[in-house]
Amino acid sequence: MKFGIIVNEGPFTHQASDSAYRFAVATVEKGHRVIRVFFYYDGVNNGNKLSSPQADDRNLVKLWGELAAEHKVDLVVCVTAALRRGIKEEILADGFRISGLGQLIEMSLAADRTLVFGD
Amino acid sequence: MAEDQPVEFDTQGVKKRFMFVNRRAPYGSIYALEILEMVLISAAFEQHAAIVFIDDGVFQIKKGQDTKSLGIKNFSPTYGVVEMEKQDAEEDDDMDMVWRIIVEKESMEARGLSADDLIVGVEVLGADALSALMDAQDVVLSG
Repeated sequence: MKFGIIVNEGPFTHQASDSAYRFAVATVEKGHRVIRVFFYYDGVNNGNKLSSPQADDRNLVKLWGELAAEHKVDLVVCVTAALRRGIKEEILADGFRISGLGQLIEMSLAADRTLVFGD
Repeated sequence: MAEDQPVEFDTQGVKKRFMFVNRRAPYGSIYALEILEMVLISAAFEQHAAIVFIDDGVFQIKKGQDTKSLGIKNFSPTYGVVEMEKQDAEEDDDMDMVWRIIVEKESMEARGLSADDLIVGVEVLGADALSALMDAQDVVLSG
């Protein structure tokens, strides 16, 4: 099955990004595909490479990037939401790209299921 | 991202039912504004859409919003664009796109509002009918 995932909260403040990441990992491990993860609202902060959590905690920005590299998952940060929050190419983490909201609609059309994580 | 991953999908001819669920007051958080941006983008894809206002979300389309003292932009006139898109779709026989603007009856009445207090024309649906409609959607997005 083809899944599209929307992440609506930034890392750490809420568990939404952790849950979305774990869902994505489980999905590919079960042989399904995550065709895209779209980051909206404060979710765009997941693509900030300046995020530096303490060494003994998980680094969600890095984990997303590793997922993208290992399983060819397309990580898209919404440009309008990103610019509002200061997320630009200069600070975009590996594995992410910045694009328009149309990519969210397109993902929902191409996926068998669209899942939303976060408020 | 790996280079061989397609980032454009072939969605030609795909038609889905989208529901946008507005649950929050317009200015206490950014959700109302950013979900509105989603709604407007979806118009370009000519998809079916139900734009729903429940809970404090009904305040998003209340007449007479004045945000001057908040220092936040009053974006409520943009809901007029949503209504325009809806009417355009209705009038264009070649366009297979149905948009509905829906307010949940219970939420509206609990806030002392009626359809006359709202800046756009709405369908008023009870919670049960809305629940059934939600169940019939392909994609539900909320904010």
